Amino acid sequence: MNESQELRTLVVRTAGINCDEEAVRAFEGAGSKVELLHLNALIAEPARLASAHILVVPGGFSYGDDVAAGRVFGVELRQHLFEEIQAFLAQGGYVLGICNGFQVLVELGLFEPGVPPEERSIALTDNASNRFEARWVTLRAEASAAAWLPAGQTYPCPVAHAEGRLVVRDDAAFRRLEERGQIALRYVSPGQVASGQADGPVAYPDNPNGSIGDVAGLTDPTGRVLGLMPHLERNLTPWNHPRWTRLPARDEGEGAAFFRSLVDAAAGRTLTHA
Amino acid sequence: QAHFRELGREPSACELETLAQTWSEHCKHKTLTGVIEFEEPGRDPERIDNLLKSTIARATHELDRDFCVSVFVDNAGILAFEDGWDVCIKVETHNHPSAIDPYGGAGTGIGGVIRDVLGAGLGAKPIASTDCFFVGPPDTAREAVPKGTLHPRRILRGVVAGVRDYGNRMGIPTVNGGVWFDERYIANPLVYAGTVGLLPHSASHKEVRPGDLVVAVGGRTGRDGIHGATFSSVPLHEESEEVSASAVQIGDPITEKRVLDALLQARDRGLYRGITDCGAGGFSSAVGEMGEECGVEVDLSRVPLKYHGLSSHEIWISEAQERMVLAVPPEHEEQLLALFAAEDVEAVVLGAFTDDRRLRVKDQGELICELDMGFLHDGTPRPVRKASWSPPDLPDPGCPAAGDTGEVILGLLGALNIQSKEWIVRQYDHEVQGRSVAKPFVGERSDGPGDAAVLQPLADSRRGLTIACGTNPAYGLLDPYAMAAAAIDEALRNAVAVGADPDYAALLDNFSWGNCDLPDRLGSLVKASQACYDAAKAYGAPFVSGKDSLNNEYQVGDRTISIPPTLLITCLARVPDVGRVVTMDAKRADNKLFLVGRTRVELGGSHYLELCGLAGGRVPQPDLAEAPGLLRTLHACIADGLVASCHDLSEGGLAVAAAEMAFAGCLGVSLYLQAVPAEDSSGADADAVRLFSESCTRFLCEVAPEHAADFAARFEHGACAEIGAVTSSDVLRIHGTSGGTVAEVPIEDLRRAFQGGFQG
Repeated sequence: MNESQELRTLVVRTAGINCDEEAVRAFEGAGSKVELLHLNALIAEPARLASAHILVVPGGFSYGDDVAAGRVFGVELRQHLFEEIQAFLAQGGYVLGICNGFQVLVELGLFEPGVPPEERSIALTDNASNRFEARWVTLRAEASAAAWLPAGQTYPCPVAHAEGRLVVRDDAAFRRLEERGQIALRYVSPGQVASGQADGPVAYPDNPNGSIGDVAGLTDPTGRVLGLMPHLERNLTPWNHPRWTRLPARDEGEGAAFFRSLVDAAAGRTLTHA
Repeated sequence: QAHFRELGREPSACELETLAQTWSEHCKHKTLTGVIEFEEPGRDPERIDNLLKSTIARATHELDRDFCVSVFVDNAGILAFEDGWDVCIKVETHNHPSAIDPYGGAGTGIGGVIRDVLGAGLGAKPIASTDCFFVGPPDTAREAVPKGTLHPRRILRGVVAGVRDYGNRMGIPTVNGGVWFDERYIANPLVYAGTVGLLPHSASHKEVRPGDLVVAVGGRTGRDGIHGATFSSVPLHEESEEVSASAVQIGDPITEKRVLDALLQARDRGLYRGITDCGAGGFSSAVGEMGEECGVEVDLSRVPLKYHGLSSHEIWISEAQERMVLAVPPEHEEQLLALFAAEDVEAVVLGAFTDDRRLRVKDQGELICELDMGFLHDGTPRPVRKASWSPPDLPDPGCPAAGDTGEVILGLLGALNIQSKEWIVRQYDHEVQGRSVAKPFVGERSDGPGDAAVLQPLADSRRGLTIACGTNPAYGLLDPYAMAAAAIDEALRNAVAVGADPDYAALLDNFSWGNCDLPDRLGSLVKASQACYDAAKAYGAPFVSGKDSLNNEYQVGDRTISIPPTLLITCLARVPDVGRVVTMDAKRADNKLFLVGRTRVELGGSHYLELCGLAGGRVPQPDLAEAPGLLRTLHACIADGLVASCHDLSEGGLAVAAAEMAFAGCLGVSLYLQAVPAEDSSGADADAVRLFSESCTRFLCEVAPEHAADFAARFEHGACAEIGAVTSSDVLRIHGTSGGTVAEVPIEDLRRAFQGGFQG
């Protein structure tokens, strides 16, 4: 890991990735240097990963999501960069996958370390509504292995996907996720949040895709890999929120704090939240 | 023929194809630029030389607005936006392909208009899309669907899915649009797709120099889309589906996204100096157009093909998608090819631009086409057409009283052309790129129909951009002049309602008409074009781009079905400060409601008369002397922060606007019709006129009590009145002109009516 003070984020893109620009903006806004790199360039020069602190796989439709969402990109990363990514993680690197990037990380197997692909027990599949949907949801950070995320904090932001429903093979698999502290973000109802009683399962459209346990984001057992379907990078400005014209004036969108938490954690800084 | 007689030879197949493509209605607009002899009762006959130049383009040239960077000459209109940055916009019609293959047709429609933006100036980054559909009613009986035509439901679902899958994969937010239903679109649906781009001002102009290389980038060439340009220019018929399927192209958004990624890097590194998209006519049009000023020579044997077996002229005119042509200085060849290779995009040198003003095409070492550029581009024959217009002979039905006003309001909210289109909007990613400031749906539960979406194009500037539209085909058959002026007013008032500056607003015209060889169809086109000139001049809003589709008729046996004349006006306007954007949802109980604008007995083509089963009547027409001033005054009020919410009055009039504000804000609304400044006439019920007239240039504005005096004082007497208030009750309550309550409807009933009906 680079010892210099400067925190570096590497955003990797390939054909069909289309949320790279806002991902770059989010990390720059959180104080990181950002390098945006095509997969071909990273494969040609894998050392560029080693000099970064955070690896980001942004959203989009990589390779058209042919076969299954994130499948081809996931396979490419596994074939060409798996060892480098393992080494990066072993050195304390952080990985964030957003939307299609989350699907890629699931394909890569980062949430079930050591489990061969054919034995995996989690997947992201077609939304319960069976169609692509773009709408705003509210996320809540859970007490999880990703301790850098302030538990209880809520984040409004949009989802925009067709294949974002988390499914597990059986109850045991879901319990395993809970026991290892891998459930990092859940969909909650904004109404419940407002009235202070934010617990219990939520219905469509607050849970936009029918994910089991209302799970919106997973972390790995180390807490340094995070994947989520919603787009916090689309809620950075004071004017992104769908009801900002009904709210008191704001300085920034709730997504900005999320990226600061991640950048601070990767920089090994004291967490800014108690 | 005379040209080739002079040359003493017969034209080759390839030369004929080139001329057919370049001179087709689709590419040249022979009708709009030809000579028209126009007659109208009570007026002297008029000879119009080039309708486009004498109306739409004339308004732009006479207005001479300084924010117009490049208009009518490039692939898209380019406007100054912010220091160092321009925006561009193009809206295309893609009607005939969508009738035959709704999914593929709509997808390639949006793919094509995105390439227009990629090819505007030296290339722009697409930041928003707009899509409008005109289709038959979803409940059309199967027997009513003519032979060879798809059912409207299938067409609508197909085009929505086509736009969704192409736009979402490209990562371009689809933020604006609309759907209009009418049975005359059953056999000939209309699909309009538009895209807005952002580009550095320094990249807004292009050139081609002799010696530059002709480089084709992107997708491979196949047999798809052969004769698309000529196919688009003839009416559809029963066998269109079978014989013309190869005329519809096959889209691949991921290839186009690759092109976009590579292209913008090449642009920023200055690796090329000219660019155009391969659209209608394929290479024949793209290469021919780029080489128009100097000359060009290309070798088709270098074109990468999807498969073997294409003849030379098929390669030359194929409209295979996702291809662009660049003019590359020879010294940048190597760098450019390397950059495209790194992004997995094919790029090949096809030839070079020359200085002899000739188009030369070779294949397999043989010269298969040699044409003089002057003849190719200026040799178009100019037809003379006859046009006439006379208003339909219908009695004026006036404005009958509503029996049960509450029921009428619920009926209007559930009308096909008013009810919620949220099922469509949610399938489009309208948030990608993170620039969204005002969404298509707004309010407490994000279910109120916003007047226009607003974006913040540059992260370091608070300046916003809005895309709005206006159209009303129901007005067009009664009075095409009023219809066109009303559509312009509607597009502008939608933009102003969210906070846009009407003095920085540009317009686009997209005409879809019936067969303009027929004098009555062409006559209504002339009237609409004249209104475009008058209104653009009055509002000071120039046209910057447009497109027409003039053969939207369908033949079944010896019966011909024509679409209603359909003009879609799109408005691109600047919002001075995104922090001052206003949405349409009611914000707080006890705020006052003001009606801006005058209400006249204008119910021709209105939803109210349609609900009453009545035809005819006076079509809403903006008062061009007063309307521009009203827009400016309202804009100043919004910019000064006096307005809490604002909704334009359009389909369904005041009643629908008030109902939508109420349920979107989850608040009650009380209206006092006695206070509405309105024209009265015998035969018109005073309450119904106030509630349901669709007169132009009107807004319902919510103003906090502390700003009320300031707001009211800015308008001239009679142009603005306090007509009610937002309440903490959960009902829309309407007090009639004679004092009593004429309607009291719970807002949840209003919401349910709006959200009912066809939802995909």
